[in-house]
Amino acid sequence: MLPSGIFNTKYQTDIAIVRTKTQWFLLIAGLVILFVVPPLLFTPVWLSWIVRSLSVTIIAVLGLHILTGLCGQISLGHAAFVMVGAYATGIITSQLNWSPWATLPLAGVVAGLVGVIFGAPSLRIKGFYLAMSTLAAQFIIIWLVKYFSGVTGGVIGINVTRIGSGVERYYLAAGLVVALTFFAKNMQRTNLGRSLIAIRDNDLAAQVMGINLFRYKLIAFFIGCFYAGIAGWLWAHSLGNITPEDFPLMRSIWYLGMLVVGGVGSTTGAVLGAGSMELLDKLTLDYLSPWLAAAFPAIGAQIASVSGYIVFALVVILFLILEPRGLYHRWEVFKSSYRLHPYSY
Amino acid sequence: METFLETLVRGVMLGSVYALLALGLVLLFKSSRILNLAYGYMLMLLGYIFCLFFVTWGLPAAFSIILVFIIAALLGLVLDRFAFRPLIGQPIFAIIVLTLVLGFLFDGIAILGWKSLPLPIGLIPAGGVSLGAIRLPYAELLSFIIALLLFAVVVLLFQRAKIGLAMRCVAEDHQLSQSMGISVKRIFAISWAISLVIAAVAAILLGSMQTVSPMLSFVGLAKALPVILLGGLESIPGALVGGLIIGLAELFSITYLDPVLGGFSGIMPFILMLLILLIRPYGFFGLRIIERI
Repeated sequence: MLPSGIFNTKYQTDIAIVRTKTQWFLLIAGLVILFVVPPLLFTPVWLSWIVRSLSVTIIAVLGLHILTGLCGQISLGHAAFVMVGAYATGIITSQLNWSPWATLPLAGVVAGLVGVIFGAPSLRIKGFYLAMSTLAAQFIIIWLVKYFSGVTGGVIGINVTRIGSGVERYYLAAGLVVALTFFAKNMQRTNLGRSLIAIRDNDLAAQVMGINLFRYKLIAFFIGCFYAGIAGWLWAHSLGNITPEDFPLMRSIWYLGMLVVGGVGSTTGAVLGAGSMELLDKLTLDYLSPWLAAAFPAIGAQIASVSGYIVFALVVILFLILEPRGLYHRWEVFKSSYRLHPYSY
Repeated sequence: METFLETLVRGVMLGSVYALLALGLVLLFKSSRILNLAYGYMLMLLGYIFCLFFVTWGLPAAFSIILVFIIAALLGLVLDRFAFRPLIGQPIFAIIVLTLVLGFLFDGIAILGWKSLPLPIGLIPAGGVSLGAIRLPYAELLSFIIALLLFAVVVLLFQRAKIGLAMRCVAEDHQLSQSMGISVKRIFAISWAISLVIAAVAAILLGSMQTVSPMLSFVGLAKALPVILLGGLESIPGALVGGLIIGLAELFSITYLDPVLGGFSGIMPFILMLLILLIRPYGFFGLRIIERI
């Protein structure tokens, strides 16, 4: 719904993402705050958390949003695709001594191609069956990485050079997140994005309308996994070390859960879901679990390791049952009631 | 030759337990269209609960088995009523995420309660019978017999009993069954309860063959799911055939492939599953789905 007094008089205003002067002001102010405030106010611990947990997750979930939220192809192996990106940059920078900047697109492309390989069955299968084939991808990729230990370092993993200082890494991560969010948001409105949504809503109808299913599904896999590869690149170059244990099936499930919490099918929702769930996890680990461990000393050691994902599981279950449209829908409800404020409709 | 025979026999025995496991999944999927991805975690939790009764508290074996069955059935009813019924009408994506996340929850409970340590059950005595050169542990032999018996019982229930008829009817069409006076909700609840009781049996059997440990959750995910995809999601004979194939493939790859390709047996079921998905997406005996707009 448009704010009161705003009318679409030109085609340009109809398709604009940012419509009013207030929105422009808020957007620019938000970007300025994003780039200026955290480096000044946050401690290095929080800054590095923003880079290596928050940004990586947001980028990966954006990829999953394109693949699952827009195109409807459920992927249970997204963490494995992040892993492919991380290992691609790790192997190339450590063995061939390439600059990290050269491997940034390469990590994305390699992960994208691996995604296309495992997405190929999507031509014939969908729903549960496709979820199973991506689940297979998760286990097969991890096994491959462990097996070819000569190149990948096996269980020990690879050490990668980290880029710049903590603050520089923050700028890099924030820049990547903003650019990739912008791309995802815009892609949704193009021919490609609309084709993907048509496939999600009814793939047979989409085919009848002249959408080449195979091609568009593979494009969705490529772009979704390209995002995952970029996330892996950021992970590798901000953490400095990658091992197969960093990308278990559990992470893939986290990504799906974040998508649900945010609201399936919306870019804003993907960012909201990833951000809020990562923050919740961090707060649980830092504040709730020490408190719980002190309250129940008998099982204190286990509480520290599981409180994060028990809380996560409960939140996702509550969202699925009570608000399956996610945080994004709540945000829309709030926006429209705010715009209508003195009146109820 | 002896290695080959032993692998063959043990593969069949393991496969029968997998078939039983898969049966629990197929029953649930047939009636409610829910593919329970948290099955492995439920298996692990039920195994640990049995350990609590039998090993830690020292209750008599028969009594603790009955207690575990009751708890399994109750867990099924609770899940059906409070987690899955609100999701009726939601897209498949919601069910997939819900089952996965429930898996998280059960995993967390297992870690909180039992630290995820492997626990031996010790219900079936160690040792075994020798058949010529082949040695078979009692646990595997007994598991084989129990699994086949239970499989037969469930199939009979499905084919002969009135409730089985109702379940087959619900598998066919929800609306139709409703109008024939069959309560679809009740059938869902019964399927959940039966499915989890089967899981409890399988947990005790698998726990006796090895130990009760987080490996059980991996079995549910990495063995039972390929089994039902191989056999076809809706097919009971498919569960038996798929279980035997996966059991044999696992033991043969442990014996012959693992020395060459370390750890390959772990992903063997997935590779078989990918192949079958590419060649025959609906499995050996599954329903070929014809879609209309």
